[in-house]
Amino acid sequence: MSTATISLDSKAPSGDIKDRWDNHRFDMKLVNPSNKRKFTVLVVGTGLAGAAAAATLAQLGYQVKCFTFHDSPRRAHSIAAQGGINGAKNYKNDGDSIYRLFYDTVKGGDFRARESNVYRLAQVSVDIIDQCVAQGVPFAREYGGLLDNRSFGGAQVSRTFYARGQTGQQLLLGAYQALMQQVALGRVEMHTKTELLDVVTKDGVCAGIVTRDLASGEVKSWSGHATLLCTGGYGNAFYLSTNAMNCNTTAIWRAHKKGALFANPCYTQIHPTCIPVSDEFQSKLTLMSESLRNDGRIWVPKNFDESRPADQIPEEDRDYYLERRYPAFGNLAPRDIASRAAKVVVDEGRGVGPLKNGVYLDFSESIGRLGADVVFERYGNLFDMYERITDEDPAKMPMRIYPASHYTMGGLWVDYNLMTTVPGLYALGEANFSDHGANRLGASALMQGLADGYFVAPYTVGDYLAGMLGQKPVSTDDPVFVEAEQGVRNEMHRWISIGGTKSPDYYHRELGKLVWDYCGMARDENGLEKALSEIPALREEFEKNVRVLGSPDGVNQSLEKVGRVADFFDLGELMCRDALTREESCGGHFRVEHQTEDGEAQRDDENFSFVSAWEWKEPGTPQELHKEPLVFEFVKPAQRSYK
Amino acid sequence: MTATKEPSELSSDISSRPIARRQKRSPFAVIDLYRSAVGKKWVMAVTGIMLMGFVLVHMIGNTKMYFGAEGFDSYAEFLRMLAYPLLPETGALWLFRMGLIVAFGLHMQSAYSLTVLNRRARPVGYQSKRDYIAVNWANRSMRWTGIIILLFLIFHLMDLTWGRAPAASGQFVFGQVYDNVAFSMQRWPVALIYIASNIALGVHLYHGSWSIFQTLGTVSAKFNPRHNPLRRSFALAFAIIVAGVNISFPIAVLTGVVG
Amino acid sequence: MNLTLKVWRQEGPNASGHFATYQASDVKDEMSFLEMLDVVNENLIEEGQEPITFDSDCREGICGTCSLMINGQAHGPQKGTTTCQLHMRKFHDGQTVTIEPFRAAAFPIVRDLMIDRSAFDAIIRAGGYITADTGAPRDANEIPVPKPAADTAMDAAACIGCGACVAACPNSAGQLFTSAKLAHLNLLPQGQSERWKRTEDMVETMEMFFGSCTNYGECQEACPKEIPIDFIALMNRDYLKAKFKNRKLLGQQV
Ligand SMILES: Cc1cc2nc3c(=O)[nH]c(=O)nc-3n(C[C@H](O)[C@H](O)[C@H](O)COP(=O)(O)OP(=O)(O)OC[C@H]3O[C@@H](n4cnc5c(N)ncnc54)[C@H](O)[C@@H]3O)c2cc1C
Ligand code: HEM
Ligand code: HEM
Ligand code: SF4
Ligand code: F3S
Ligand code: FES
Repeated sequence: MSTATISLDSKAPSGDIKDRWDNHRFDMKLVNPSNKRKFTVLVVGTGLAGAAAAATLAQLGYQVKCFTFHDSPRRAHSIAAQGGINGAKNYKNDGDSIYRLFYDTVKGGDFRARESNVYRLAQVSVDIIDQCVAQGVPFAREYGGLLDNRSFGGAQVSRTFYARGQTGQQLLLGAYQALMQQVALGRVEMHTKTELLDVVTKDGVCAGIVTRDLASGEVKSWSGHATLLCTGGYGNAFYLSTNAMNCNTTAIWRAHKKGALFANPCYTQIHPTCIPVSDEFQSKLTLMSESLRNDGRIWVPKNFDESRPADQIPEEDRDYYLERRYPAFGNLAPRDIASRAAKVVVDEGRGVGPLKNGVYLDFSESIGRLGADVVFERYGNLFDMYERITDEDPAKMPMRIYPASHYTMGGLWVDYNLMTTVPGLYALGEANFSDHGANRLGASALMQGLADGYFVAPYTVGDYLAGMLGQKPVSTDDPVFVEAEQGVRNEMHRWISIGGTKSPDYYHRELGKLVWDYCGMARDENGLEKALSEIPALREEFEKNVRVLGSPDGVNQSLEKVGRVADFFDLGELMCRDALTREESCGGHFRVEHQTEDGEAQRDDENFSFVSAWEWKEPGTPQELHKEPLVFEFVKPAQRSYK
Repeated sequence: MTATKEPSELSSDISSRPIARRQKRSPFAVIDLYRSAVGKKWVMAVTGIMLMGFVLVHMIGNTKMYFGAEGFDSYAEFLRMLAYPLLPETGALWLFRMGLIVAFGLHMQSAYSLTVLNRRARPVGYQSKRDYIAVNWANRSMRWTGIIILLFLIFHLMDLTWGRAPAASGQFVFGQVYDNVAFSMQRWPVALIYIASNIALGVHLYHGSWSIFQTLGTVSAKFNPRHNPLRRSFALAFAIIVAGVNISFPIAVLTGVVG
Repeated sequence: MNLTLKVWRQEGPNASGHFATYQASDVKDEMSFLEMLDVVNENLIEEGQEPITFDSDCREGICGTCSLMINGQAHGPQKGTTTCQLHMRKFHDGQTVTIEPFRAAAFPIVRDLMIDRSAFDAIIRAGGYITADTGAPRDANEIPVPKPAADTAMDAAACIGCGACVAACPNSAGQLFTSAKLAHLNLLPQGQSERWKRTEDMVETMEMFFGSCTNYGECQEACPKEIPIDFIALMNRDYLKAKFKNRKLLGQQV
């Protein structure tokens, strides 16, 4: 696509923030019920966003084809979410409101999000809770039978709804079950073990996708009037992250290569409470839900050469650094802040554990205050999980935790209607650059995924389809599809024919180290420059020396992997380039050069109050930067303070 | 539109093949029930209980032989004359037998068809040794102990009801129940058969009379912690009493206490 | 520690499989079982042999993708633990570890240790949902759910659909999985109006794929979420009721 056609019109409505979504919904065109079934919508991904969207669109009467590389829609990575989901219900009467959730989210995102989107998100958060309860999601209840809430990082009110430590699982099962019902009714055609390998456009408009059947190896084209990418985040660019092993960027990256702009790639979230790395072979990192910070106190020894076991270190030799530095929020300081604070003390050499790569999360105080059984009732399954992995009992020994890559705020650029810069191609959930700005508040991703899927896309997609009445989807025999399919096949044969010596995982691990070291929790110019020269070098070796055995027909996990790693290489490079050009610190993006004297992130609203949206050029040439300016009419940007 | 589809219509993503078609609907709920595996378990449980009732009563009745020939014979007579003249001679007994035969038949039929279903559910078994935790010899051997009981019954009826050789002893006299038992069991192989089969019965009941609660859905532990342990004790007691007392008869005969 | 692995290799669904023996050397205690297999695979690739195909995703014990029969036990020796959460400290130096795929007619082997569990989706599809099309339902707190009921429903809802219950059951019965979903939905007030139809449809779909339950109780031992067989009892009861309920009178008790 030529730059000319690229317009970063956010299509965000104007007027009073409270009425924007309602007015917009009224202004949107409708498709009458009997016409809906004439439209085919492709939904890629069955996480919260995908399952919710597919189910809802099918309920409305559209013909939906749904794809996932998992063997069942229920296995989408959303299943792993632990802590909870926000909803501005104010059930606790603690002064919560839609406006406050909106405010908290904009502030939490360090003033790098689009106000209109965020307000809409806060608005529908209320409906989400109702919808999920109606579906039978077993949220925690109080004895009176009413819903229970907990508070979460970055908020001073209790607005987080939860189902034990398995909130994401229960929400996803709710959406999955709704989806399964639509499949049974014949309104959704479900394709499991089917991975998107290319997005197809004709005359700049999205025509459909090309997939590979992971069981049979068959490469196939699918065409539809609209295509929704709900394919999750790219946190695995760091190799080690809390994301599931198979999370990848392939879907959105191939879309990016077909003209969809990629926004804010450097906005990645590092989660403060994960189990520290224990050795070389570590395949992933395990999150310990943020909710633990409600009752756990975070500390490290005061002395650098501390050798005593945690329980023998007296109070006066402990440094509760979060409580010290952020009295108001203490252990509940937002993620980016808590993470950096941990990095600081560990880099100082005050880290704990065999590798001195963690900090303590201590429950002894709360166990003393509430009693062991209350604490266990709240976090039992997390304690068990921790003990299984580390062989230590958190009730006796404080947990050891350290930040890890967890969530990616960046993603495909979308307008207010969640449409990418490619007409007919939408991005929902973590796959889009979303409503979280430069940092996401806890329990807000589930909210956003479901908001996009249940309550936003079903309207906005309809508005787009209304204009296409009478048009047939592009035939899958059309040259654009045939070429795309051939491209995918050639690609696979190329990988196999390389016949190098190292596995794809080896290169993924090496790439991850680079991205983590230079584009992780703290970034600086030299490091990023270095990464920008080292990543392409490693990539070159990868292209020459990767070894993929077996054939493209039938199951071939190395083949699946190698393509994903290749996309991570491209993406890792773009992350660094984005981080380099954004010469300020904001939220998850911390540029060492830009910090206040007491080490807080220092924004530069003068020059960087915009969304970076990158346009793909042909391989080898760096992407081109486009800017969507951000205007703040309601929440005036201020230096974020949690003191 | 019912959400369930016939196997043929299962949509693209259901790649695992069914081993059966969805059962047909019947206007009669009971038949509907019997067509399903869960329903068959209900039948097994209910008939199982009837059979349990029988063996218990039968066992109690048999203890009469400890009070001498007259008592025992007249008890048998009494059974035959039950509800006379309301019903013809042995009428009540026949009604009762009918019930037994039906229960037994259904019990076996369900056992058989469920066993067939289960074989089909894992055509290729595990190629390495299984390491079971809950599975025990009692529940694994239900089918075998059941079959032993069946064979025993045939033998037993030939022996003491119809008086057919070789099961019955030469001295079998219809109605002389006490002597029949004594003469029969004086032959140690016969006594042995009785002992062995009643052990099998005990084993069968040990799992069976625990299992019924599960099958009948009298839900336990999670819903009513108090009554769960009772199930095991009940099963154990029932099995031991029935099998134990039954076994005492041949022993009593061999040791001359009876006869 | 060093281990000898006997791993089931099978080219495809219809190929005949066999056990292959591999050595896993200097395995660390803190490795998870799957990380141990990752290392074995890396070595296989370096040696030019095709790696062992096995399924996993979250590696946090929640997605239900991992499986494996380890030394004759579904998800291996540790109670209430998925294969991905099983750590090598549970094994000892010189041990021989036999790894086989879950086996059941309903779980055809796709390749090596990877199986197809879509039969579970068929069961959910048959009625494993509460109909509530996206819209503007009642306020969440208008439907109070007594805590004990909510908690028990959650216990049942914790099922991750891994299939270990089926794998462990000598009859390959799908009872524990099916009853867990039924209990989750049937125990909640929201689930009442569809309760009997749901029960009938799910049970009868289950019986299209799986064996029947003879109350072995092995499933609950293998279940990584420790779902109790009491839910099976609940299902048996609801199934009987479903057959005899006059559904025209349902309005009376909801
Ligand atoms: C450990 C952990 C805990 C979390 N806890 C919380 C929490 O407590 N609260 C909260 O709000 N958020 C939490 N999050 C974040 C939240 O879970 C995710 O952001 C959210 O679930 C993303 O949902 P999604 O639908 O966008 O994508 P996903 O759930 O990741 O779904 C992606 C889907 O796309 C499919 N897919 C991807 N690529 C392809 C392809 N190429 N072809 C075909 N299909 C494809 C996948 O199969 C999958 O079905 C947590 C995240 C993690 C990692
Ligand atoms: C031909 C003879 C018999 C056969 C083949 C047979 C077989 C079986 C089998 C296979 C079971 C299933 C176990 C289970 O599902 O838990 C069973 C259960 C049972 N059997 Fe039998 N059995 C026979 C005779 C008897 C007799 C004579 C009695 C009683 C004295 C009896 C009592 C029971 C009981 C109570 C159960 C439990 C039912 C349940 O599971 O709920 N059986 N039988
Ligand atoms: C050692 C133990 C037992 C003894 C001493 C015993 C004794 C007898 C006797 C004496 C009769 C004949 C009664 C008559 O003809 O009037 C009889 C009948 C019968 N017994 Fe037993 N029995 C024993 C165990 C069992 C068991 C375990 C079963 C069942 C599994 C059983 C089933 C029957 C049946 C079905 C009849 C026929 C009853 C009838 O005539 O309708 N018996 N038994
Ligand atoms: S019941 Fe337990 S074993 Fe069965 S699928 Fe669910 S979690 Fe797995
Ligand atoms: S092991 Fe099988 S027999 Fe029933 S109790 Fe569990 S399903
Ligand atoms: S990999 Fe997700 S449960 Fe094991």
